[in-house]
Parts: sequence; C-alpha cells; structure tokens
Amino acid sequence: MEEKYKLSHLKELEAESIHIIREVAAEFENPVMLYSIGKDSSVMVRLAEKAFYPGKVPFPLMHIDSKWKFKEMIQFRDEYAKKYGWNLIVESNMEAFRAGVGPFTHGSKVHTDLMKTQALLHALDKYKFDAAFGGARRDEEKSRAKERIFSFRDRFHQWDPKNQRPELWDIYNARIHKGESIRVFPLSNWTELDIWQYIRLENIPIVPLYFAKMRPIVEIDGNLIMADDDRLPEKYRDKVQMRMVRFRTLGCWPLTGAVESNADTIEKIVEEMMTTTKSERTTRVIDFDQEASMEQKKREGYF
Amino acid sequence: MDNNNNLDIKAFLDRDEQKDLLRFLTAGSVDDGKSTLIGHLLFDSKKIYEDQLDALKRDSKRVGNAGDHIDYALLLDGLKAEREQGITIDVAYRYFSTNNRKFIIADTPGHEQYTRNMITGGSTANLAVILVDARLGVITQTRRHTFLVSLLGIKHVVLAVNKMDLVDFSEEKFNEIVTEYKKFTAPLGIPDITCIPLSALEGDNVVEKSSRTPWYSGPTLLEFLETVHIDNDHNLSDFRFPVQYVLRPNLDFRGFCGKVASGVVHKGDEVMALPSGKKSRIKSIVTYDGELDYAFPPQSVTLTLEDEIDVSRGEMLVHPDNLPCVGRNFEAMLVWMDEEPMDAKKSFFIKQTTNMSRTHIDSIKYKVDVNTMEHLSLENGKLTKETLPMQLNQIARVVITTAKELFFDPFAKNKATGAFILIDPISNNTSAVGMIIDKVDDNEMIAGQELPTLDLPKLGIKPENYDAIEIAVKELNRQGIEIKIIK
Repeated sequence: MEEKYKLSHLKELEAESIHIIREVAAEFENPVMLYSIGKDSSVMVRLAEKAFYPGKVPFPLMHIDSKWKFKEMIQFRDEYAKKYGWNLIVESNMEAFRAGVGPFTHGSKVHTDLMKTQALLHALDKYKFDAAFGGARRDEEKSRAKERIFSFRDRFHQWDPKNQRPELWDIYNARIHKGESIRVFPLSNWTELDIWQYIRLENIPIVPLYFAKMRPIVEIDGNLIMADDDRLPEKYRDKVQMRMVRFRTLGCWPLTGAVESNADTIEKIVEEMMTTTKSERTTRVIDFDQEASMEQKKREGYF
Repeated sequence: MDNNNNLDIKAFLDRDEQKDLLRFLTAGSVDDGKSTLIGHLLFDSKKIYEDQLDALKRDSKRVGNAGDHIDYALLLDGLKAEREQGITIDVAYRYFSTNNRKFIIADTPGHEQYTRNMITGGSTANLAVILVDARLGVITQTRRHTFLVSLLGIKHVVLAVNKMDLVDFSEEKFNEIVTEYKKFTAPLGIPDITCIPLSALEGDNVVEKSSRTPWYSGPTLLEFLETVHIDNDHNLSDFRFPVQYVLRPNLDFRGFCGKVASGVVHKGDEVMALPSGKKSRIKSIVTYDGELDYAFPPQSVTLTLEDEIDVSRGEMLVHPDNLPCVGRNFEAMLVWMDEEPMDAKKSFFIKQTTNMSRTHIDSIKYKVDVNTMEHLSLENGKLTKETLPMQLNQIARVVITTAKELFFDPFAKNKATGAFILIDPISNNTSAVGMIIDKVDDNEMIAGQELPTLDLPKLGIKPENYDAIEIAVKELNRQGIEIKIIK
C-alpha cells in the first residue's frame, strides 16, 4: 500500500523542477529560458515541455552565442528548436565579435567577459526579461552549492551571496522592482549522475560531442582542444592529430578540453563517470583563471 | 569482458533509478565538527573526486584548522568570505548517494545571528542531525536547534554526540547527555529521536561501527540515514490541490496545473473548488508521460474536470467531504528573517501555497526565548511596548489577518497548506516565515477589518457592466487586494 505512494528520487526531482518552472510562468511577466545546448539544458528544456503539456511552453529559449561554439552545438540547437516548436532567440556581442575578440587573441578571461557575460546582460536588458532560467546544479561547484533556487539579481544583474532571500519549503518569493530580476535554477538539486540517468530513461536528445569519436585534437597547455574551425592559430595546425575523445562539458571550443575516452553510449559514459578521478569542471579552462573565479563571475552576472 | 561491464552498469543504473531521496539538515555550534562530519560522509561514500581531494590537501596545509588531519570542512565552505573567517555563513547543499538511497544535506550554521539560515535549510528536510560536543553536552545552542527543528515539524532527529575520542569513549558521559537531551525534548513532541556516539574526525560510528564503543549496539550514523522510514512523512489523507497555473492550449482543453500538496486524488473523484464551492469530477490526470489513475504528493500534474468551472491560480481543489479552514484570520508561529525589525503598521504580502494576499499582523501573543523556551509577553511583564516588535531571528505566536480568504490547515497536520511567508512590499524581502497553528473565528476579531465594498446598484452601474467590473476586481484579488461586490 505504501509503495503506491512512493516516488523514486528522479521522479521526485522531476516533480520539484516542474513545480518551479510553472511557478515562474505564473508569477513573472516576461521569463526566458537560457539555453546553453549542454546536457543540463537539454534536461531543463524537456522539463519545461513536460510542465506545460499538452500546451506550448509560454516563454522563449535564448542562446547566448559566443561565436566560438562547436559547429555541432549550433546545428543541434537549430534542429531541436525546430522539431519541438520552441521560440528560439539567439544573441551575440556583435560589436566585440567584429572587433575580433576571441580566446586565442584575448585570452579566456576577456573573451568570457565580453562574449558571454556582457552579451548575456545586454540581451536580458534588450528584451526586459524579469526572470531567466539557468541549468546550473548545486553539486557542480562550491559557490553554486549556496545559491537559492530563486536567486535575486539587482538592476546590474549582480548576485550578492551575503544578502540572499531566505527560501522556505516550496514557497518562492518572486517579487521584484522594475529593472531587477530573478535567476531561477530548476535543476538545483540534481546531480551529474541524475542528469545522465534521466537522459537515458527519457531518451532526451543531446549533442553528439558527448559521445566518444575520432576527432581532430591538438594539445594546448595540457588541454585536449578540438580543431573545430579554421580559426585555430597557425602554430597549432600541424600538431593536430585524430584521437578518440569525448566532451564532459560543452562551451567555446578553444576553452573546452576533451577527455580521451571510448564511451560511445550513455551506459559507458556513466561507467566512466563512476570510475573517473576528475570532476566535470576540470575540463573547463575558465574556472582556473583566478582564485574563487566562479564566485567572482557569478557576482558579475555570469551564471 | 566489455559486454559484461555493460551489463553491470545497466544493472547499476536500473537499481540507482529506484532509490528514494532523503533530505536532511545538519546543525551544530561553530566547533562541533559539523563540516568534518559531512566531509566524512561524502568522503566515505566515494563522492569526492581526486582533483577535489588534491585541492583539499593543498588548502589544508595553507589554512586548515585540523592539524595533521585532512580538514574536511574546507570541502564545504564554498564562499571566499567564509574561507577567510573560517566559519560557514549560509546554507549549503551537498549531495551523495549510497547503494540504498540518495541524500541531500542542507548544511547550516550554528551561531546565533544566522538562525534564519537554519530555518531555511530545515524547511525541506525529512530529518535533522544535531551535533553536540561530548565534552560540553547539551548546551544552549543544542536546545535552540532542537526547538527550531520541532517548530519546522521535522519528524526524525539524530543527536550526534561528537568528539567521543576526547572523552575516552565514555559510556557514562554519553548516557548522561542522552538523558539530559531526552528530558529537554519530551515536551516538544518529536516522534523519532536517535542518539549516536561518534567521532567525526576519526570516523567512529560514522560509517563503520567503532570498536571503541563496544557498549553501543545501535546503528552507525550512515546506517541510520540509509534505513530510516520517511514514507509516512507526507499527509496522504487530506487532498489539497492549490491551482498553480491554468493551461488552455485550445478551446477543448482546460487543465489546472499544480503540485498535489497533500492527500491522494483519483480519476473520477468528486472535487470542490474553493472559494466558489462549485463541484465537479476529475475527468483526467494529465502528464507528459501519459494519464494517471491517481496522483499523490509531491507529484506535479495537470487536472481536467468534467464541467466547465472557473478556477484560477491561488484557488484550491479539494474533496467536498474534507475541507481545509477557509478564512482571513489565524494564529501562527512566526520567525522573523529580516534585518529590518517588524513594523506593526505595515501591510505585508503573504504567500501561502500559490495564493497571495495583503496582510497585517494584528497582535503578538508572546515571544519565545529560543534558549529557555520561556514565553515573553506584555501580560507577564517580560516585554514592553518597545521590545514587542519582532527582530531578526525572533520567534513569536501572532494573530494574522489577510485581505482575502486563504485555504489552510494547521501546520502540525499539513505542512504544505500550513506554511507561509511574509514579503515586505517595499524591499520585497522575505521578512518572516510562519507556521499556522489554527484559525481564529472572525467574530473574535476586533472590528474595523471590513473589506472595501463596491455596491454596484447604489453607484448607479448598469448590470451589463457588472462582468467587466468583476474581471477587474478579480485581477485585484489576484494581486492580494480583496474588494467585495454587491450586485
């Protein structure tokens, strides 16, 4: 009898996320779902589709295109949005792009600030979004472990870790003044394993870069960088080799290291994850720029 | 061999999928070794990856407070400011799993000025682990934490008597602490209390049974966390469905989205909408993964009804033979969460389930001294007019009046419909959180609380305009401003 009223942890997490997503749709005038094309985003997007089934999701998807994303990501994004009828907004910092900003010439810090953080802030202001969903999980990184599900941002999109609103039960405070906004993290309580498990059970499409394949790789400062387009600086070009790799996270191709792997199914990915000795963000070059760098970026408005 | 491995991982995933989730809170004073204990749980459940461990070893040498041991606390103290102060200042959430269960830990601070964070961390917890230092025993903070846990209606408490290594694993010392703790908790009505002697730093009775406590026959901390029954923590008897969102993709479909707050609803059940009192039957329970025969908490579903009745966000579907309290006045325990002290003249927003209203605090019956549980009131002379308004971290029993009717139950009976938050209309801060004790009859309330009224015939408004006015008033109600219409 009791078994009848018991949810597995994944079903409980799913129910919690759907509740959060609906709460935002009901309480805000102009929400948006930020879409990074990564595996977490793929799960978040599916949860939004579930939340409003059989209706259409009442807010758009927005991708901040740094102009240095993997080609396969962009292709996946466009195909997915078309297939599932999403209203997709793509925004970039065209000014910086035309000025030639990129990770090879300006370094990861300047590139991330201009092409990601500034582009995001500009887009949020342009459309006057009052709430923005993000796919961050608390288990990813130490400063994220302390963030609320409804995370308040001031007029300058800044997060103040010492001045967070208390968040009790499942009652979320959605009240803001004009110009302020809330970042909402419906996947807060999911772990990396939960995400993979859910992708497997629900057959959620993800970018093929997550699966191992022979790819053109060059080693730069110890990271396995894939030569995704002809902007790879000349000095590396003759060092490119075909190697069996996959990606644990996806971002800008010059800033995202691959890992050598034979995992070409979700089961094998999970197996690799369970036995691996590196946590997922180590393949992100940007986390190591400066001490407490993610916290710094979050304060400035980056997720 | 490859194939074999694949089978194993598939079996692992299939088993993993079936695990349930336990959310627990940890509370203790600054030096009780709470972060060390959590670090140990994470460490031993093999969730700490090598690179995090490397960074940890590096940091331990630089700023660690644990001497030659690995300083597990550094794993947890995420924010820069905290690392500098050497104490945890906010709620941090941690995740780990074992073969039997998944866990979410809300790690909350113990020192006084951050009681609000413990309340925050504890609100979603099934269980609380309260740490005491075996050398000090039950201290003021232990009493405070336990009181807060009981206030939040947490049903399972573990008293972790830590640092047993520093009292030579003395059975006598342990029993002394347990006796004192049980005496103190008896009136609080916590149904399940388990006391475990352990050493977080050295690992005794955390995961593995310690050979140094042969006199202790109970479970280790992890054993207990893995096996404690939490299935009955949800209220399954009183069906409450606060409507969260109305879905109308086309003319043929009108679905009421929401989370089952409590109780169980079946397809075909007769339901009543509040406040209208209109009845209908459940036509279908819709989800993306197909229709369900029944739904229970905390599922998020979409209900459709046999009849076209108008139900909006903030309203509630219930079984007609099992109604919640419907009213504008109730008593509650209130915890003040705002740096800004309470201004009794202020009108707050109240958010309870999906409902929002304007509200004000009519009176403070008494405050509770969280250290002694003593009641302080104007009547007993322990409060004056000046000390009456609530300040950060204070707890009081209050009477609250809302502008529109809310649908609620006593928190002790139903957490989901008995909890609320108060939002400051100027700062938009979550100023206070509350747990409803019971309703107060309207006629016991002081006069002068009448709703503003629009007498339409008296105002000379023609009946053909009534609809438009009703729509406008409904919108105002949604924003928490109740207006009565006379037709």
